[in-house]
Amino acid sequence: MSLERPDSVDDAAIERTPDELEALLGDLVVDRDDHLNAPGFVIRPDTVQETLRTLKEQAGYDHLSVVSAQEYENRYESIYHLKKYDDPTQEVSIVVPADKDDPVSESAEPVFRTADWHEREAYDLIGIEYDGHPDLRRILLPETWQGHPLSMDYDKDRPQIATLPEHANPLEDHHKDAESDTMFLNIGPHHPATHGVLHLKTVLDGEQVADVEPDIGYLHRSEEQMAQSGTYRHQIMPYPDRWDYISAGLLNEWAYARAAEDLADIEVPEYAQVIRTMGAEMCRIAAHMLALATFALDINGDFTATFMYAINDRERVQNLLEDLTGQRLMFNYFRLGGVVWDLPEPREEFFSNTRDFLDQLPGSIEEYHNLITSNEVFQMRTIDTGVLPPEVAKNYGATGPVARASGVDYDLRRDDPYGYYDELDWDVVTEEGCDNFSRLLVRMREVEESAKIIEQCVDLLEDWPEDERTIQANVPRTLRPDDDTEIYRAVEGAKGELGIYIRADGTDKPARFKIRSPCFSNLQTLPEMANGEYIPDVIAALGSLDIVLGEVDR
Amino acid sequence: MSSDQPFITDESQVVTETRDARMTGQGDRFNSRLREAFGSSPFILTKFDKFLNWCRGSSMFMLQFGIACCSIEMMHTYAVKHDLDRFGSGVPRASPRQADVMIVPGTIVSKFAPRMKRVYDQMPEPKFVVGMGSCTISGGPFQEGYNVIKGAEEVIPIDIHVPGCPPRPEALVYGVVKLQERVANGEAAPVTVKPYELEEFSDLERDELVDKLADQIDDDELVMRYNFADSP
Repeated sequence: MSLERPDSVDDAAIERTPDELEALLGDLVVDRDDHLNAPGFVIRPDTVQETLRTLKEQAGYDHLSVVSAQEYENRYESIYHLKKYDDPTQEVSIVVPADKDDPVSESAEPVFRTADWHEREAYDLIGIEYDGHPDLRRILLPETWQGHPLSMDYDKDRPQIATLPEHANPLEDHHKDAESDTMFLNIGPHHPATHGVLHLKTVLDGEQVADVEPDIGYLHRSEEQMAQSGTYRHQIMPYPDRWDYISAGLLNEWAYARAAEDLADIEVPEYAQVIRTMGAEMCRIAAHMLALATFALDINGDFTATFMYAINDRERVQNLLEDLTGQRLMFNYFRLGGVVWDLPEPREEFFSNTRDFLDQLPGSIEEYHNLITSNEVFQMRTIDTGVLPPEVAKNYGATGPVARASGVDYDLRRDDPYGYYDELDWDVVTEEGCDNFSRLLVRMREVEESAKIIEQCVDLLEDWPEDERTIQANVPRTLRPDDDTEIYRAVEGAKGELGIYIRADGTDKPARFKIRSPCFSNLQTLPEMANGEYIPDVIAALGSLDIVLGEVDR
Repeated sequence: MSSDQPFITDESQVVTETRDARMTGQGDRFNSRLREAFGSSPFILTKFDKFLNWCRGSSMFMLQFGIACCSIEMMHTYAVKHDLDRFGSGVPRASPRQADVMIVPGTIVSKFAPRMKRVYDQMPEPKFVVGMGSCTISGGPFQEGYNVIKGAEEVIPIDIHVPGCPPRPEALVYGVVKLQERVANGEAAPVTVKPYELEEFSDLERDELVDKLADQIDDDELVMRYNFADSP
């Protein structure tokens, strides 16, 4: 079955026990601080690069998922969550404490390129400084912001000033660089092609892009603070819907549900897992449809018909989701330990509607292939543009369709199974093209795989005995996970690895809630794809990344 | 039609009457049943303002402006099924200089508020704003956020609020149609409180914060100052 990965045994793939890892790191380890998901090693703040390099090169930990930073009463702490692209169940956490009065820690950027943005975010929100970081500036908040909002002594009532710098007309002579003949151009933050409020600072050399720098934070809604001020049981679940708001709500809710359930040791009934799996895949179809629709519009404004067709298919799947959850977009359907209610009555009608949708889907996909993938103009614009080689993708921590289109065979639904995925028959889609076209193909083929999963779930649910339809496990009214337990858990969201790090402090609210957004890491690859290409290719590359700013900025 | 047949117009099926009349310059192609009803006195009597407002309300150009979650539902409102264009207000313009109406679909945060104000300023008068979703009313679910502006009305005046998180497309359609109705009736926007303005840095009242930022910000740079403690 396709769920088993091809054997590729080498040194890096060997699974090491925590003690073997400790032996490998030797003197670098000063203490152990195990997390629920992985062994944790405490190291000195000036040995970050050495430790990470050893783990990357000698033990095969080639994926830096996220850097979560936090402040304790007596210290600051950055945690580097490492795993392997070949087997994401092999995880290790590197804990780097920093001095309370002068929080400085060595930057991991020379080892993992992705650490660049993650450390900037940690600096912005927590206030840890990273020594040797190439460009340590604020990333989400305005440059002129005072204080670090997730640090302990932050006063959120203090006044703040945000600037609106005037940019001179790029066509005027004095705004061109006389020597190199380049020109500066702002794209966004309000621009139809930026998919929301993203600002691209581009430097052009003629029509070619010399440099592009994404400027984010225009939709930074303090999601982590909101989660940290909500109780585990009910108050956090509505927020995940609003991270990746392209109808991918259930996928996001699952990220929180998985982390919190593992943290509080809650077992989810099988029946609820099947419903979750089905709902999540419906969300994936809706999300990929919008990716396709807007990508077609980005390539050529004349693809409005494709947009309308894709929206039409989204309406169909949204109707199903509305029947299931009662909402069109912000579902709030998962609960810790299950889902909020059973399938809608009459069940037969829901099943037959779902089957109708699945039956017409191959026809729709055929239509999209006719409209766009076999269109010559479309192919000229997308094939061999926005190339992202697999090593670069891994170095930037790219996941999801972006990584899979570069041939990185990484899908958490198969590699780190949760829900009901490992019981079902489906394939992980990869493409080898590494370009914009491949990324679209991966999404279109994933829609077919999702349809396969939904169909099997419907079969299972139809035959489920009536007295075994348990939708919720017994969960205490108030959850208080043990003090100082930490966990990082991820699921395969629509855009890639959506992970959550939670530290519990014995109360009913998380002490630290860190969201690992796939779009945040994926967007970071844009300069790699766009530099040296023509300006329309930047737009195509950005569209093919399928970012959603709610999740980039959080 | 099979391709080996040449394309032939079936002359007998074509209504040639109006075409011939036009070609010979006899017919009036603008003639209509309504026009005929006026008979020999083709005048109507109305107030200029009323007529103009009716025109404004009947054809509204929307600004293509996506911010957050609500913009997904806004796209659905423009697209098939809900099709806002049915009501004469479904032409999204990419440039604020061509738009009459701005739908604010999402949470406004500190970094974006000055930009939104600038986009609003770039729209020609008369301009109207529909606030879509709870975030534009009060900050919605993110009201407690350290970075969130407590409602779009703190920055720009809003004519119609559509509550919901997010509002369904039907609700947005209702809001837009309500706005058209108000515009056609010549009802003015409500008086709004706008505490946050774009101003030059040197115009700010000097205090601790301004002194601290003085070496980072030029005197003539536009800034927006947020007094979070006074926010609703």
